[in-house]
Amino acid sequence: MSLPRGWEMVIGLEVHTELLTKTKLFCGCANDFGAEPNTNVCPICLGLPGSLPVINREAVELAMRIGLALNCRIQDSTFHRKNYFYPDMPKDYQVSQYDVPINTEGYLDLPDGYRVRIERAHMEEDTGKTTHLGTSGRIHGAERSLVDYNRSGVPLVEIVSGPDMRTSAQARAYVAELRAILVAVGASDGRMEEGSMRVDANVSVRKSGEPFGTRCEIKNVNSLRSLVRAIEYEALRQIEVLEDGGTIRQETRHWDEDRGETSTLRSKEQAEDYRYFLEPDLVPLAPSAEWRANVAAHLPALPAALRRELSDLVGEVTDAQADTIATVVDLSLHDYVLAAVAAGVPVTLALSRAANEVASQIDQRSQLSTEAFIDTIRRENAGEISATQSKDVLLTVLATGSTPAQIIADKGYVQMASDDLTGIIDGIIAANPDDWARFVEGDPKVVQFFIGQVMKATKGQANGKTVTEILNAKRG
Amino acid sequence: MRSALDIAQSVRAGGSARAAVEATVAAVAARNEELNVFLHVDADAALAEADAIDARVAAGEDPGILAGVPVAIKDNICQTGVPTTCSSKILEGWRPPYNATVIDRLRAAGAIPFGKTNLDEFAMGSSTENSAFGPTRNPLDPSRVPGGSSGGSAAAVAANMTPLSLGSDTGGSIRQPAALCGLVGVKPTYGLVSRYGLIAFASSLDQIGPFAHSVTDAALLLEAISGHDPLDSTSLPEPAPSLVAHVNDGVAGKRVAWVRELVEGADESVVASVEKAREALRDAGATIVELSIPELRLGLSAYYLIAPAEASSNLARYDGVRFGQRVDGEDVTAMMEATRTAGFGAEVKRRIMLGTYALSAGYFDAYYGQALKVRTLMIEAFSRAYGEADMLLGATTPSVAFEFGSKTKDPMAMYLSDVFTIPTNLAGDAAISVPVGTGEAGLPIGVQLLGPGRSEASLFAAARVLEKAEGRS
Amino acid sequence: MSADLTREDVIKVAALARLRLTDAEVDLFRDQLAAVLGHADDLASLGADNVAPTAHPFGLTNVLREDVIRPSVDRDIVLAAAPDAQDGRFGVPRIVGEAP
Repeated sequence: MSLPRGWEMVIGLEVHTELLTKTKLFCGCANDFGAEPNTNVCPICLGLPGSLPVINREAVELAMRIGLALNCRIQDSTFHRKNYFYPDMPKDYQVSQYDVPINTEGYLDLPDGYRVRIERAHMEEDTGKTTHLGTSGRIHGAERSLVDYNRSGVPLVEIVSGPDMRTSAQARAYVAELRAILVAVGASDGRMEEGSMRVDANVSVRKSGEPFGTRCEIKNVNSLRSLVRAIEYEALRQIEVLEDGGTIRQETRHWDEDRGETSTLRSKEQAEDYRYFLEPDLVPLAPSAEWRANVAAHLPALPAALRRELSDLVGEVTDAQADTIATVVDLSLHDYVLAAVAAGVPVTLALSRAANEVASQIDQRSQLSTEAFIDTIRRENAGEISATQSKDVLLTVLATGSTPAQIIADKGYVQMASDDLTGIIDGIIAANPDDWARFVEGDPKVVQFFIGQVMKATKGQANGKTVTEILNAKRG
Repeated sequence: MRSALDIAQSVRAGGSARAAVEATVAAVAARNEELNVFLHVDADAALAEADAIDARVAAGEDPGILAGVPVAIKDNICQTGVPTTCSSKILEGWRPPYNATVIDRLRAAGAIPFGKTNLDEFAMGSSTENSAFGPTRNPLDPSRVPGGSSGGSAAAVAANMTPLSLGSDTGGSIRQPAALCGLVGVKPTYGLVSRYGLIAFASSLDQIGPFAHSVTDAALLLEAISGHDPLDSTSLPEPAPSLVAHVNDGVAGKRVAWVRELVEGADESVVASVEKAREALRDAGATIVELSIPELRLGLSAYYLIAPAEASSNLARYDGVRFGQRVDGEDVTAMMEATRTAGFGAEVKRRIMLGTYALSAGYFDAYYGQALKVRTLMIEAFSRAYGEADMLLGATTPSVAFEFGSKTKDPMAMYLSDVFTIPTNLAGDAAISVPVGTGEAGLPIGVQLLGPGRSEASLFAAARVLEKAEGRS
Repeated sequence: MSADLTREDVIKVAALARLRLTDAEVDLFRDQLAAVLGHADDLASLGADNVAPTAHPFGLTNVLREDVIRPSVDRDIVLAAAPDAQDGRFGVPRIVGEAP
């Protein structure tokens, strides 16, 4: 979407991600989504009087992985208290990193090469969750609220970009790529819909070449689609205000997905004063050179590198194939593809099955081992089962966890005897003499017609390659 | 009352722990109403623990170096299921679901935690007059304060209710009451004793420490509770030091500094006691040097910015949501305001306001930020001093125990009682107060020995020299 | 500098700290806080520009714990202390405004 009348939008994004640790940042309570309320709590994450925090080593490890993946400088860092009152905050202060964060001055390159600066990626603790009792379940109009502290103390990394994006498409690409990176390095599961990854957008507008305008922060964006809609709405809203002669007030605005608009929360009398000061209950983090080197040495392959690796295997990549590769990497399905290629399966086949069949049941992927994937598509490639059958086997393994061999046996996906197949083909040729004549003359499109007919007659059990071979042999 | 050492030795040899606790129960019954030492007592629980100790000894076990010794606990230290109030209305009725590490360490040494003692609300004060549940009276003269904030813990030992007690010291809250009550009191090196379960006042200054009649008893208690705690990130990495074994090491060859700023402004009788202590140390073989550490004069100002700043943040959690008292309001902000306004006393509110202001935007650099730099200057000044002396000598408090109400009109007057004790907290070092001589109305005077971090053993040895010189074995 | 402490400052700070003061208390606290801050003004005279604040007096760093689950506290015990509990959660009066 381009803005009218020479306007340009300026976008910076703050992404919070929960880390995939077993326990919380400062205590040994389980870091577990979906548990019964207040069952993963202890004196520390409840902020009970006398409790003290101790930092989770694994959280630091994952924070460093994120920093390296975002080309940041990892530095010795300290923690600060951010003081404010809110019922989801057990201590009424949040332990975060302020002036010296663990990761600083990095960048993320979008798939098209556009570089977005990363100002910082720091560690902090998550808050509890409030549910509001009232008619709408929204905070406005609620009579009472209930608080669950299971999430309180979960480790977060907050990734702050520079104000470098100029279109909503870039913002979307940034978030998608960042999510892929976080998942690739094992730091996060990137589930925006579950809240393990949250995006706040800072949006301002200006006429090209002019200084930055006043920005507004947009919260409550829960999907990539919402991100795009919210940014575009906000940019247009600001343009309208400015063109009417008004000024933009720096404020936090709430995105309402249903109504498709941002709105100001009832503004407080005075701005929050967080009174940041060094957290006296913690001591500084100074990861050793050995530790940093270890993290770097074991950093998993990043999406950009994986996309390159897969592209190189394909060779001349079409736009459609680039999309397929992007999907496979985005969904972390590359392990399947690379293993299959190593086992001798053509990369295009592996990519297609991963990007379509496996992707369609992505939540069940733990049911499909790499071996099962390779087993299935190797049989397809060898002509033992048809493409249709292969897809069905994969989907069934994903749904049931059974083995390809078992499913092929159960469903009778046995290769059709070639005599039977030849017989069926002869029958179809006889029934369609005009089309056959065109095929004999060399019309390449007609082969699809014949294959389709054979598939219909054999209920998909024929192998497309074999059918083509037989047809070509008959043509002479 | 028998010393802790005597009780433990006796119990480990088959003597009755129950008898020790019974003596405590009787002493508490005799004077608690008059003195208001304990806010909570559970005699039955303590007797049951004593019986269990006796049974273990009978079975051939050794319960530990404090076997059967009742230890009074300041009411800002958490104990599972035991009412813990910090002498504040806002925590009235709260029972922690966990034990402070020091409580576990006490039990591991065979000691019996006994009751919860009165304090200035949230440990903010120097007289225990700021308690929401009435002041504690000095057992030596009930018309006077026992000091604060650990007034109850000091009184428990001074009144011979328990041979030992635990207090906490942020700006002098163990040493000053020890001095006013004629006891030995220690502020350990920052990080020597775990703060896990100590309800925080100022996190970078707080330390739990012992009250006792004798240096040996204090060393026994400190040894039992010290040592690395994985639940406290600021706790020193090493295990508990050996302290009791070094109590009689003496001071031969040690350099002791008479520090001008540590007697400046003290009453004549107090200065006389410090002089007496100096001579006793000299007679015992120490070399006396004279030092001036002008940076010490900045301590009071820096402390009264740093401590309230940290406190304002530590006390934010008392908001009526999860525990403690709640006063309802039309919305959550109103509820929090009403709860805190009703629940906190004036001194606590004053310090929260002071701390909030010192941290607030526009004032941070001038106040809190500057105070932190001053703290560094003080640490450097102490470091230079410890290049010239092994320990420093001075007064603990400017005067003997004062009368109730005599310093409550003007907060600054009360703050000045901490002038000699505060610098050690800022530096994170160790200090001990030991009774030497008497002053007005025969009231005891405390003399303070300060040492660098981790120097408790030498400080105990020097304090023991003073103790012997006073004729107390 | 401390003489600049106004009634408005005191009221603002009280609100930040979620404390409600009477008019008399505002005046009293203004005087008392100004006195304490007045003493703090002597700190300003120190040229401490190149001095760094101290993080921990003995320079401890890297205190970490392993990512191992420890038992949580029973919810019934936790909620027993709550002034208002419902459906396994802590109840509070309505919240005005979202979290900062």
